[in-house]
Amino acid sequence: MRRETLVKIILLILFSILCFLILVPFYAVTIASFKPGEDLIRYGLNLKFDLSVMSLDNFAYLFTGDHSYFMWFFNSLLLTVVQVTLTLLVSATVAYGFAAYDFIGKNFLFICVLLIMMVPFEILLLPLYSLTYNLGLMNTYSAIVLPGIASAATIFFFRQYLRGVPKEMIAAGRVDGASEYGIYVRLILPVMKPSFAAMAILNGMNSWNNFLWPFMVLSDDRKYTLPIGLKTLLTPYGNNYDLLIVGSFFSIIPIFILFMAFQKYFIDGMTAGAVKG
Amino acid sequence: MIKKFLYSQKVAPYVFVLPFILVFLVFWVFPLGSSFSMSFQKTQLGQEADWVGLANYGKLMGDGIFLKAVTNSAIYMVLTLLILIPFPMLFAVLINNKFMWGREFFKSSFFFPALTSVVVAGTIFRLMFGEMEGSLINSILGWFGIDPVKFLKGQVTGFIALVALATWRWTGVNMLYFLSGLKNIPGEYYEAASIDGASAFQKFTKITMPLLKPTTIYVLTISIYAGLAMFIESMMLWNGNNSPKNIGLTIVGYLYRQGIEKNNLGYAAAVGIVLLAITMIINLTQLKLSGMFKKED
Repeated sequence: MRRETLVKIILLILFSILCFLILVPFYAVTIASFKPGEDLIRYGLNLKFDLSVMSLDNFAYLFTGDHSYFMWFFNSLLLTVVQVTLTLLVSATVAYGFAAYDFIGKNFLFICVLLIMMVPFEILLLPLYSLTYNLGLMNTYSAIVLPGIASAATIFFFRQYLRGVPKEMIAAGRVDGASEYGIYVRLILPVMKPSFAAMAILNGMNSWNNFLWPFMVLSDDRKYTLPIGLKTLLTPYGNNYDLLIVGSFFSIIPIFILFMAFQKYFIDGMTAGAVKG
Repeated sequence: MIKKFLYSQKVAPYVFVLPFILVFLVFWVFPLGSSFSMSFQKTQLGQEADWVGLANYGKLMGDGIFLKAVTNSAIYMVLTLLILIPFPMLFAVLINNKFMWGREFFKSSFFFPALTSVVVAGTIFRLMFGEMEGSLINSILGWFGIDPVKFLKGQVTGFIALVALATWRWTGVNMLYFLSGLKNIPGEYYEAASIDGASAFQKFTKITMPLLKPTTIYVLTISIYAGLAMFIESMMLWNGNNSPKNIGLTIVGYLYRQGIEKNNLGYAAAVGIVLLAITMIINLTQLKLSGMFKKED
């Protein structure tokens, strides 16, 4: 009995220390969001809890000041919603094609899906960049949404999920005279609903935090997403650090709230690839 | 007539997978092909290209800065593999232990960093590793009587900051991967081992590790990929693509510098093809060594 208690205490101490280390940066950014930006320049990001310099000024500035933060915030939100909706619908449709039918070229096409997951997207940056330029899609959201609309990881996940759906459902639909597309829309899509949550979260997180490609495509600061906008505040002169730090802090909050509410789906979505099916 | 054709059972599957075929051709096959052909050209955005044969590749071989970028990416990848596989695996096994208190709480808090964008996380780490006496890391060093360090100005200290950022963001996610792998190991194996008098260490090396192999291979594959293709982390820490003496320059960083900043698309495409080759060779070797191609189940 005593040995078990000892093990419990050692584990608890070990994980508390690790947890402390992981949470320190969050604590530091929270504290800093209440301090003037000059403090950050002069003393760096630190853990000093000093009420004499702390105030709500940064938050007042965030909500009432003359800056583009909430425009970026809204752009990110819009882009995330559009991107997630389209990606899920398109990927689910493709996944259904793979799961429900046998057709010539199916295996080859599915290998292509797997191949996409293995090629680093970064090497396509330049050709995609010149393609976007030649198509006249620079500085548009289409250039951001279109390349990822048939997401390989999402197709893969949906196909695994659809394997669990009995084929008799499809056969029954045919007997009832539904068309191939009617079967998908009226019978299969409703059944797929639970699997949408995990993929919505995974794609939503990626889209909300997406940086490099939008950064290359977007040049108009009225179209900037939140990560790009925040990046522009990180100047060597530090004249925007008030907004940078309070904005960084505030950008984490919505995703934290979502995480707390839908924790299970976050974890399902993140680990979907690791489980062999 | 057309409607009947489109609605037939033979044609419907192609209609379903059509979006994928289009995206694959337009956004993968075409760019990959043009990347390949661009790497044999001297070309700029919106201009006529000149064929230069293997000149870009020849130039790459003698390019000291490219070599520096490859070395940096390789070291970064190796360091992240050495940290982000064994430790998350160990933590997953420990947290899965029946003696663990507050399991769910720790699982969520370990996951928190993965929720932040690289931009926000990179900003926080840049400021934490600032060179002022009062910035977080230096103030901790100060308690031990160590003088403030200019982290982002030195090769080794700069990499400490980079790897710390990666460790902070990914430990929790990798731990979750291993936890989902552990869930698939039947409890009876451990019971049987206990009856045979196996120690906890033996159970770990003889049951847990071998049965976690598929998960480990998955984590290894994505970590090799992520390590070699790392760029934004460095861009955020050094606030741009120009670190002193290129201490933070990565392969993708060099591709970006040549292609976007200097508009040498052909040369940058060659960098991309070399990156693709390195990634493919390492990952295929790794998958072959771990026996992934032998049995498909």
